[in-house]
Amino acid sequence: MREITAGEITEAIKSLSMSAAYHLGEDVVRALEMGLEEETSPSGQDVLKQLLENAQIADEGKFPMCQDTGLAVIFVELGQDVHVAGGDLNEAINEGVRQGYEEAFLRKSVCHPFTRKNTGDNTPAIIHIKIVPGDRLKLTLAGKGGGSENMSRVMMLKPSDGKDGIIDYVVQRVKESGPNPCPPIVVGVGIGGTFERAALLAKEALLRHIGEPNLDPELAEMERTIFERINKLGIGPAGLGGRTTSLGVHVELQQCHIASLPVAVNINCHAHRHKETII
Amino acid sequence: MSDPVVLTPPLTDEDVAGLRAGDRVLITGTMLTGRDAAHKRLVDLIENGDELPVDLKGQIIYFVGPTPTRPGEAIGSAGPTTSYRMDAYSPILIEKGLKGMIGKGSRSREVVEAMVKHKAVYFAAVGGAAALISRRIVSSEILAYEELGPEAIRRLQVKDFPVIVVNDTEGNDLYEQGVKEYAIK
Ligand code: SF4
Repeated sequence: MREITAGEITEAIKSLSMSAAYHLGEDVVRALEMGLEEETSPSGQDVLKQLLENAQIADEGKFPMCQDTGLAVIFVELGQDVHVAGGDLNEAINEGVRQGYEEAFLRKSVCHPFTRKNTGDNTPAIIHIKIVPGDRLKLTLAGKGGGSENMSRVMMLKPSDGKDGIIDYVVQRVKESGPNPCPPIVVGVGIGGTFERAALLAKEALLRHIGEPNLDPELAEMERTIFERINKLGIGPAGLGGRTTSLGVHVELQQCHIASLPVAVNINCHAHRHKETII
Repeated sequence: MSDPVVLTPPLTDEDVAGLRAGDRVLITGTMLTGRDAAHKRLVDLIENGDELPVDLKGQIIYFVGPTPTRPGEAIGSAGPTTSYRMDAYSPILIEKGLKGMIGKGSRSREVVEAMVKHKAVYFAAVGGAAALISRRIVSSEILAYEELGPEAIRRLQVKDFPVIVVNDTEGNDLYEQGVKEYAIK
């Protein structure tokens, strides 16, 4: 049994929430640069330049790249040989979010669904815990903005809709979202499982680095097809018209019920904030 | 691309009637901020016949909920929020003299119609370019609803604040035009 203290977990989450808000991942920066090279629309080029400059200002000045610093979505991979000592794991994570968002002057964006009263400290975080073999603890934090999350959907397709039906559904969802989710976007697609598992798969798909296709050739092919179709929609950067509507499409798949074909589309904006650490 | 149009609020009917979807605009001077909760309060006051805490005549309202201001800075990160959430409220504010709105994303037919009828425009700022945008904000003060935190109504002093006209007073829509021009069948 390896011991990890609640305090270490709080510290780790705190620093992840800060660095996610300030430092855009290299994969995202590279994808924006590639988009700029290929973009033919003048306003599209202008927007991509602004986004690259924005990322640089945020990175150098330790300034939030977007004012919506998001709900903190935390993926925990807890080794089964780890013992969390000195506190409750969930509370340790929430405390890290609380401290990180407060000390770094990040926006607190969590409220009650009816009264809309802000909880004031960006908690509760959304926590997904997976028990895995080993004696390590892996923490991944995603700062999820409301604009792109609102454009996400779960759909129970008919098995007869098949692969083409899935592709059409995802492309249609992006088309209907138009300028709202701050394109260029990253599209996470979860196929199979159950209603809720499809949504989680879609969110997990977003964690993969841009430019790394699914290892399954059939799914990699599907990712390419959806990506090409999305970038023909004409939405473009900030929705002002152009080719760079998506920076990447990531598909994850799992077996499902013989009667079902669940599909989830989780859209992430270009403020594609994911940071991870292993304790 | 042609040179940007320079605007200084308060705006007149003539100022906004001269703008066309796709025009790049730099705003210098003052503008107001507000999002969902502040809009709801303003509209409730209007419906009850009560006085508003701010004068909307000729003003531009920026849909933004900034990050908390760090010591020594004018404002936190301050990019636009998605505008459709304000659609239910905007027509009433436009009727009360609001001339411009800044946000991101498409507006409803009702809002577009109100803009045509009462001469107002809708601008987009680049969603997510929030660190860059906040450099164009010189100062910020809370005018009303401080208890709403990021959703309070502020008065901003801005310099060369970059936006683009999405909906003009003739009912044109830049998002539709852009997609039409760049979509590949
Ligand atoms: S969708 Fe993303 S980039 Fe756009 S405002 Fe929200 S968090 Fe920021």
